[in-house]
Amino acid sequence: MTRSQAAEPATEPPDTQVLVEPPGSNISTAALDQRASDAELLAAKLVPLRRPGQWICAAAVLVLIAMLIHTLLTNKRFQWDVVGDYFTRGSIMHGLLLTLWLTAAVMVCGYLLGIGLAAMRLSTNPILRTLSFGYVWLIRSVPPLVQLLFWFELASLYPTLSLGIPFGHEFVTVKTAHLFTGLLAAFVGLTLDVAAFSAEIVRGGILAVEHGQTEAAQALGLSRGRIFRRIVLPQAMPAIIPASGNLLIGMLKATSIVSVIAVTDLLYSVQLIYNQNYLIMPLLLVATIWYIILTTLLSIGQYYVERHYARGSNRHSSPGFWELTRGNLPLFGRTRHDLAGLA
Amino acid sequence: MSEPIPVSEPIPVSEPVPAGQVAAPLVRIRGLRKSFGTNVVLDGVDLDIGHGEVTVLLGPSGSGKSTLLRCINHLERPDGGFVELAGEIVGYRHDHNKLHELHAKAITKQRTKVGMVFQQFNLFPHLTVLENIIEAPVAVRRESKKDATARALALLERVGLGGRERSYPRQLSGGQQQRVAIARALAMEPQLLLFDEPTSALDPELVGEVLAVMRDLALDGMTMIVVTHEIGFAREVADTVVFLDGGRIVESGAPAEVLTNPRHERARAFLSAVL
Repeated sequence: MTRSQAAEPATEPPDTQVLVEPPGSNISTAALDQRASDAELLAAKLVPLRRPGQWICAAAVLVLIAMLIHTLLTNKRFQWDVVGDYFTRGSIMHGLLLTLWLTAAVMVCGYLLGIGLAAMRLSTNPILRTLSFGYVWLIRSVPPLVQLLFWFELASLYPTLSLGIPFGHEFVTVKTAHLFTGLLAAFVGLTLDVAAFSAEIVRGGILAVEHGQTEAAQALGLSRGRIFRRIVLPQAMPAIIPASGNLLIGMLKATSIVSVIAVTDLLYSVQLIYNQNYLIMPLLLVATIWYIILTTLLSIGQYYVERHYARGSNRHSSPGFWELTRGNLPLFGRTRHDLAGLA
Repeated sequence: MSEPIPVSEPIPVSEPVPAGQVAAPLVRIRGLRKSFGTNVVLDGVDLDIGHGEVTVLLGPSGSGKSTLLRCINHLERPDGGFVELAGEIVGYRHDHNKLHELHAKAITKQRTKVGMVFQQFNLFPHLTVLENIIEAPVAVRRESKKDATARALALLERVGLGGRERSYPRQLSGGQQQRVAIARALAMEPQLLLFDEPTSALDPELVGEVLAVMRDLALDGMTMIVVTHEIGFAREVADTVVFLDGGRIVESGAPAEVLTNPRHERARAFLSAVL
């Protein structure tokens, strides 16, 4: 707008808008009639591209959120009072604890196995490579629920289990049904599952580390174990953590399948209660809310672990969790600019 | 401040010193061959490098310079021939007409005598400059952290990077990173330093600072084998210039001879292209 006005003869009075004539600008030649002077361009205010679509989307989303909150609060059949009653009930706390430590045990043991499997897969020994490949292939092919039932029903294949010399003397013999209780079957089944998936995650992370790092460490005379622990693994972590966080959160929820073999985890504890009082929805909500809380905590933890292993990878320290969260809330941080079209 | 580098250590002699030779060379390479698939990279290389000598390897890309360097600390396993370092065969044990390959542990021990500086620096990005330097002395030589740190700081001072010990590699320029890499190699007090195109990944204005550090090392009597395209450095610092082509040494001698008056046609063509 300023440009077309400036192109008009200066003698003609501007009609509605105020003509801003920057000092020092002189429009003398005819060639400049079509163009603004440099001074005008420099003085011009930047107007970001308007993005009305973002505002429309934001409004639509806000309406939907409002509807959701409204129905959560007004629909009496959610029975929030029942949810509150049962939320910290003893048996549910027991189930929660079992879910937590089963997840922890499965992840720790699974990852120890998984790192070993990844090392085997990357080794120069063809037998170890094939073993690792075969294991991952087999376990990934069988649904975890099937594995769980398999271990639980192992007694029908092998009524007793013994420790001894192959084809020879047996030292200890136990009844399989006594050994493989629901809990042990759950632990073994899920651990073997995690091992297979974590092996692939770890292997991918290790392959992402430049080979020059290993060579430099070898040239310095570091031992192979030291190179793996101190040089390769820490650099593989940034590639390993996001996928592992996924696996961890997935496993936290996947432990709920142990309810089919009557292990009293969070879900099964809730089921035991609603099978008696038929308050199905509120009790499922209790379990849901606990799963959401745990997942949220784990996500926050993952953020900090990622930040720890990012050291040395950028020139500036990354923002803290709250800074990051705030930056992604509308009306506070970066998103406000995004909405204003300054993305 | 700067640490003297041990140059004249007693040399274990594996065989009688030939008449006319004063001392056995630090590195003896005989009949070295290496192929990758059908591609013959080293085709019978013989080379001697004496104590305190600076040897520059020149040659077109693919002529086997880097592979030769990497055979010296057994990062590559030769297909034939051998490398002898201070009287010890690298990577093998000679026994009853056979060369038995050594275990990883023994090779690791041999490698501590040889420092290596890479084209891409290969500093450990997740460790600080100080941690990069003291890693091997603490882990391999079992030095106390305190002693290793004191020596590391002195070495940093020596390569002109005093006060940067707490930086991470990515916070440094390429030239600074390469100087840290040199300090890291020196921290193991090697008898021999290998440089694999140490300035090829650097911006032109940063090349000088790295070459200056290398020149100082040479003046201090460090034995060095340098793969480089810096003809000026070769002319000024090298005792011997070796020209490789097609996996063979086609010419070697004092820089004045080889660089100004190359006899071999390939060496002439290469030099006229780089100069």
